[in-house]
Amino acid sequence: MPSQWLNALLGGFLIGLSVSLVLLFQGKIAGISGIIDGSIVKTNDESDWKRFFLTGMLLAGFIALALDPSLLAGHIRSENWTLLVAGLLVGFGTRLANGCTSGHGVAGVARLSVRSIVATLTFTLAGFASVLLFRNLGWIL
Amino acid sequence: MKIAAISFFSGLIFSAGLILSGMTLPERVIGFLDVFGDWDPTLAFVLIGAVAFHMATYPLITKRKTPILSNEWSIPKKSKITTNLVLGSLLFGMGWGLGGYCPGPGFTAAASLSIRPLLFVGGLLGGMKLYHLTEKVRADKGQEPEKNQPRHPFLKGGRPPLEA
Repeated sequence: MPSQWLNALLGGFLIGLSVSLVLLFQGKIAGISGIIDGSIVKTNDESDWKRFFLTGMLLAGFIALALDPSLLAGHIRSENWTLLVAGLLVGFGTRLANGCTSGHGVAGVARLSVRSIVATLTFTLAGFASVLLFRNLGWIL
Repeated sequence: MKIAAISFFSGLIFSAGLILSGMTLPERVIGFLDVFGDWDPTLAFVLIGAVAFHMATYPLITKRKTPILSNEWSIPKKSKITTNLVLGSLLFGMGWGLGGYCPGPGFTAAASLSIRPLLFVGGLLGGMKLYHLTEKVRADKGQEPEKNQPRHPFLKGGRPPLEA
């Protein structure tokens, strides 16, 4: 569907704009795993701006929910507990690697950081492997 | 105050982008990662769009002497490929494919207060906590040598390297 491709591209532009704004105004990298960690788990003098960022994210979520709840539909053909395990892996992994899809995938790749390119290739290939193992070969589902 | 406003606005735009693009729908994300099955490559355009946009703005922004509301750039300079970088990314990717959420979309979708994104965010926070609890153990085993090395007192450039 052409509209889905276009929405993906436009959504990507908005994400790129957000990352650019954080860099332009504060000189910092908008990495969501770091923002969540610094706001809630390990707080420090960086926590304030990160909490405002997360509040903005939640507001976007609430607006979407009011407009069309299917925009946030978490329908997934898996058991509830797999979401908890997925969260644990993502939380621990992104801290160990110091970044996720935004910090490495967007901000890091855009400035051609070798570390971020390696991280992005690694987590994308691991994602392919994960879907193959857990879904297609039915290890869990 | 200005920092609070711009941070809030940036977060709003970030999640608007995630929602518009379809990243908050785990089945779409899993479809994107399903290269060996019923592959839906659409979501590749999210990363392409975001990276292309930021690639265009990055040189323009960093041409400035300082950011608008800060006195210094906090851009990671490290280039060493560490075990932690690769291992962490492997774990992250496995979790991404398992649940269909990376941190931003999972957090945004938690606004729906439905059980699955909430469980994901609960696990996410738990995983981060676990990382910090085990940080010291891993450092003692020497897995993070860059943080352990005593710095020479006469070494120039006082700031330790930032990580990305």
